[in-house]
Amino acid sequence: MMAFTIAWRELRNLFLSPLAWVLLFAVQLIHGWLFAVYVEGVLAAPPNGVTGVTDLVAGNLFGVASFLMLLVVPLLSMRLFSEERRNGSLTLLLSAPVRVSEIVLGKYLGLMGLLALMVALLTAMPLSLAAGTQLDYGKLAAEGLGLLLLLSAFAAAGLFMSTLTRQPVVAAIASFGLLMFLWVISSLGRGNLHLSSGLHYLSLLDHYFSLLRGTFDSADVIFYLLFSIVFLSLSMWRLDSARLQA
Amino acid sequence: MPTGTLTNAAPLIKVENLYRYYGQRAAVQDLSLTLAKGEILGLLGPNGAGKTSTLQMLSGNLAPSAGRILIDGVDLLDEPLAAKAAIGYLPEIPPLYPDLTVDEYLLYCAALHRLPATKRRGACDSARERCGLKDVGRRIIGNLSKGYQQRVGIAQAILHSPAVVILDEPTVGLDPIQIREVRALISELGKEHGVILSTHILPEVQAVCSRVQIVHRGRTVFSDSLAGLAERMEILSVVLECRQLPPIKDLRAIEGVQSAEKLDNRRARLRLAPDADPVEAIATLAVKNKWGLRGLTPEYKSLEQVFVDITTADDAQSDVESAA
Repeated sequence: MMAFTIAWRELRNLFLSPLAWVLLFAVQLIHGWLFAVYVEGVLAAPPNGVTGVTDLVAGNLFGVASFLMLLVVPLLSMRLFSEERRNGSLTLLLSAPVRVSEIVLGKYLGLMGLLALMVALLTAMPLSLAAGTQLDYGKLAAEGLGLLLLLSAFAAAGLFMSTLTRQPVVAAIASFGLLMFLWVISSLGRGNLHLSSGLHYLSLLDHYFSLLRGTFDSADVIFYLLFSIVFLSLSMWRLDSARLQA
Repeated sequence: MPTGTLTNAAPLIKVENLYRYYGQRAAVQDLSLTLAKGEILGLLGPNGAGKTSTLQMLSGNLAPSAGRILIDGVDLLDEPLAAKAAIGYLPEIPPLYPDLTVDEYLLYCAALHRLPATKRRGACDSARERCGLKDVGRRIIGNLSKGYQQRVGIAQAILHSPAVVILDEPTVGLDPIQIREVRALISELGKEHGVILSTHILPEVQAVCSRVQIVHRGRTVFSDSLAGLAERMEILSVVLECRQLPPIKDLRAIEGVQSAEKLDNRRARLRLAPDADPVEAIATLAVKNKWGLRGLTPEYKSLEQVFVDITTADDAQSDVESAA
């Protein structure tokens, strides 16, 4: 499968630039700091049994992580296509016997590889508490999966934005704007019940927080998958039509 | 699948009535071309003539507005994957990843072209050897000089031994020694592959191509073998240099000389009648009459002149057409 060849190359390319290392470092530092703060809090006031350590530490940590990643993912996704278009190397992929769908999927999977690593590093922090206390593994798994799904949606949107422009910075700002808008969209519908429930469904945030609460609703999972598929399809369509118009 | 050995049956590239519009502007109009195995076709034209657009369409990077492209008998638009497998393409800007080493890059290209994993290393090594990249396999592409980067681009295009190699201005930005090396490489490639290259450098065509197609404003204005082009470069005049120049009227009297003009005390330009070859007669006469012959220099119609003639004739014609 050609998409995996491209994905592997893309993942290694990410690590060839200092950007991925710097972001990994910064994200890990902030998460580690917050983790320490939450653990400190639990130690100062031990949980009374209704809300456990998993909620107090992991729940808070994953909540903050989602917002941090909203800032980080556009920085990682911005280069995927815009840089290749700018320095002409996209031609290599387009003139090779490879389908456009394989190119898009390959790039996407490459980025997801790095994001999955970030989620794994983050999940490892609360997991380390298992040495000293009882953890709710089901809840932790739901939180990890939720973050991964959320990031896959971020990445798909960012990838699409990077097919639109040759300027990586423009792609980053555009995807940041789009994600931010979809983040806060549910607040627009306050007061109007019909609008509110519709916007609530579109909000990236609300689906995530229902997973964070430990409610594994297939509707939430499907929402993120659909979101990703839509943006990946748009990217494929965009690359195909670039051949017609450019 | 058609193979390279069946070249007499089907040409490697067959393009029929290709059109490409950018909005209202036609970049390529009614362009047809064929390329056989062992041929090096030079696509020649001034800047903006539609050379790059044509090559982009041949390599599947640009969709034509109308027309048909057959690569090794496979329709590029119907079966892009099969057709693209037979192409090696070097665009104007070599499609390189500056962060990778030459080896990493070439191995990735080999994988993209679906070479089996066991053959990638060998293909990469032989492409590097042919392009003079033997010693730079472990260097980072971004740190290589422009000439070496261009060679990496060519190596990428021939890596999977495609039936057709398409090179868009392969010698642009290279120094004279590199240009000679790249031209030698192209001649070498022409033996086993079909090569199509674009250029606006006329001597390049003379140096490497076996056939020439001149495009101007998106149309083919001339298409012939290099010999056919050379025929258009007939001798126009000779410059006679003597210690004692004879009277001009004597020179005019020589058969085959249309006119003569004195350039200075020693030199005169003799304009030749069409299809006449009086050079030998002039030399004999010079010896017999003791003019003190020092030189007889033929003046060819230059390739530039031929090129300008062809393109301006086309301009004049289209002006007439648009006026009508």
